[in-house]
Amino acid sequence: MLTLSHYLILAALVFAIGIVGIFLNRKNLIVLLMSIELMLLAVNTNFVAFSRFMNDVDGQVFVFFILVVAAAEAAIGLAILVVLFRNLKTIHVDDLDQLKG
Amino acid sequence: MDFKSFVFYFFSTILVLASLRVITARNPVHAVLFLVLAFVSGGGIWLLLDAEFLAMTLILVYVGAVMVLFLFVVMMLDINLDRLREGFWSYLPLGATVGALMALEMGVILGGSYLNLFESSVPSAASESNVKAIGRLIYTDYVYPFELASVILLVGIVAAIALTGRKRKPTKAIDPARQVLVKASDRLRIISMPAEKKE
Repeated sequence: MLTLSHYLILAALVFAIGIVGIFLNRKNLIVLLMSIELMLLAVNTNFVAFSRFMNDVDGQVFVFFILVVAAAEAAIGLAILVVLFRNLKTIHVDDLDQLKG
Repeated sequence: MDFKSFVFYFFSTILVLASLRVITARNPVHAVLFLVLAFVSGGGIWLLLDAEFLAMTLILVYVGAVMVLFLFVVMMLDINLDRLREGFWSYLPLGATVGALMALEMGVILGGSYLNLFESSVPSAASESNVKAIGRLIYTDYVYPFELASVILLVGIVAAIALTGRKRKPTKAIDPARQVLVKASDRLRIISMPAEKKE
């Protein structure tokens, strides 16, 4: 018998994996973006699960908007990555010290 | 175990394993492919939750467009695989500890009995189709956010093109604005010369 808890714990696991991915791949911008996508998937699963269990479709409309924003974010992030690579010939995080931060 | 539970555990196992491989894969191309697998399993989980429209959108838009974009970019860039893995093992203990703690905390809260989440059973499926319900909401209550979403997508398109499109310098194209702004004094110079003497 499936309950709300099953879905929430699954989403929590995927979210934690996404966070561990950000820890592990600090030098790899592409996998960082992919970890963010994983975390977004977990959050969206939470939204869908709650919307289903409360019998309210509003939650799914929110998932729709999150998908729109995430698609725009991925497109712009990858565009920045391409420009960075074109200018510096590298996307290694240690080489990105132009701002001297 | 009924069929629904079996499907849930099947898809969630694949989802968790694929996500683990995304963050540990040595080659970014493999990571993207495992992310595709994770999204497809996530779509299966959403189908199980009767969110048909979103599951299809996830697979069509995310796997079909965003992940292919990722794949293009990963293959376009010339990446030094060994340098990217620098620090992977040194961050592993800290990352694994934080991740395990987070998962444990969330599991304790979400799986705990005091929220009665385990007792909350699934309500019976809505009688009308999921797509119809979402469509009705989007075009009535959420019509302005829906149009704002299209503006966000437009901004995304413009930003991506403006960032990556490069201007070609040595073209001989004529700029009409500069043509219109030309004044006679820029082109024509009248010189007063003394008349020459006749021999």
